[in-house]
Amino acid sequence: MNNNSDHKYVIETHDLDIYYGTFKAVTDVNLQVERNAITAIIGPSGCGKSTLLRAFNRMNELYANSSIRGDVCFNGQDIYAREVDPVEVRYRVGMVFQKPNPFPKSIYENIAWTARIHGYKGKMDEIVESSLHQAALWDEVKDKLHQSGLSLSGGQQQRLCIARAISIQPEVILMDEPASALDPIATLKIEELMQELKKNYTIVIVTHNMQQAARASDYTAMMMLSRDGERSGTVIEFDETTRIFTNPKDKRTEDYVTGRFG
Amino acid sequence: MLRKTFEHEIQQVKDDVLLLGSMVEQAILNTVDALKKRDIKAAHEILSADKLINKKRFDIENKLMILIATQQPMAHDLRLLASCMEIISELERMGDYAKGIANINIRMGDAPLLKPLIDVPRMAQKGVDMLHRALTAFVNEDVETAQKIPVEDDEVDALYNQIYRELMTFVISDPTTMERANWLLWVAHNLERVADRVTNICERTVFIATGEMTEIKSTDDEFWKQQKNGG
Repeated sequence: MNNNSDHKYVIETHDLDIYYGTFKAVTDVNLQVERNAITAIIGPSGCGKSTLLRAFNRMNELYANSSIRGDVCFNGQDIYAREVDPVEVRYRVGMVFQKPNPFPKSIYENIAWTARIHGYKGKMDEIVESSLHQAALWDEVKDKLHQSGLSLSGGQQQRLCIARAISIQPEVILMDEPASALDPIATLKIEELMQELKKNYTIVIVTHNMQQAARASDYTAMMMLSRDGERSGTVIEFDETTRIFTNPKDKRTEDYVTGRFG
Repeated sequence: MLRKTFEHEIQQVKDDVLLLGSMVEQAILNTVDALKKRDIKAAHEILSADKLINKKRFDIENKLMILIATQQPMAHDLRLLASCMEIISELERMGDYAKGIANINIRMGDAPLLKPLIDVPRMAQKGVDMLHRALTAFVNEDVETAQKIPVEDDEVDALYNQIYRELMTFVISDPTTMERANWLLWVAHNLERVADRVTNICERTVFIATGEMTEIKSTDDEFWKQQKNGG
């Protein structure tokens, strides 16, 4: 896959439709994800936010019958092209899920095992420490690296999952509601962490929490079901986050962010 | 419609802003009237009324703060509440101008007016009229009207110019009138500032409705240029 990090947008979609069988879940998305920025995807439940996010690293293919039309480019290269290995795509475009899902292994092994599988040949202690540092978890776990990852609190588990995701040095981290199962303090820690991480990575986050999108993201894509009979999700407005939350162009975005529709 | 409670509270804030506005309008008219009649007792009443204006402003500010904290307004709601914060501060300062005129009235003591007040009440009437329409435009988010009102500031400036020239004539012909002329000039200056602040309110109204933050018109520069060129 391309290493062309000069390409202006890390991820770009062109006329992207996503299907589950014959059901068209997402229609006609043209989105550009800027490098070293945080892009939020917001919108009411069931409008296709997570489906769109999963198309960015071919995670949708793990669901039966899913298919796409149009294309998704990573550094300018179509990730759905025949010669592209989906495993490599997911290696470059990592993902963090709603519910923290550490492996039932030690904190240390959660990272070391991941790095090893992906062929990391360097010093294991180093990658473990640096990943935990980057995920702002090191100070909290450095004295108990060999305890189970599942012994940590929810917020710590989520940061462990982020540490695990960055241990293989992806370019992009996709986050699907990463803080919705966390309390407000743990949520703020994740948001602070995102600000640190964007210096080295590009982040795309799906969130139901509009305040979170407003606080934490640089760009916001507003999704909604189309008004025609098709009832398929699409991006109705995409702009700088400050604009979306102070003066959106589309009436439906306005109604959604002011809490009058949703 | 979701957020019925919030809608209701927003309406209440708008009503409160209107109420504060009418308190200020009344203060401006009353203070000029008291000056015209050289009524010191009425001037003292203006000072007490100003305390109520200040209190009302703080009350609204507090309500706005609570609404922002608890409702986390976005987009139009955010622009409206943030602008109300600005508008009530403008209104409160206009109240201070009325108070300033009352203070001049009190300081003048027994000294008679240098001349009968004709243009000063006109300025007050014009300013209050502009303010009233500006607040109506604010409540209705009437962009067109909000953009037109500031142009009328020229009339207020013209009256101020006229008063200035007239007072200068007095001073030149009889320098002992200096202090009394100066008092009246300050009165006129306060009224001139009222109209300027109306412009700020109109700019907020345009911002609330459109999201565009622009200066509608600044006649101040023009005015001072005229003064420099000998009016």
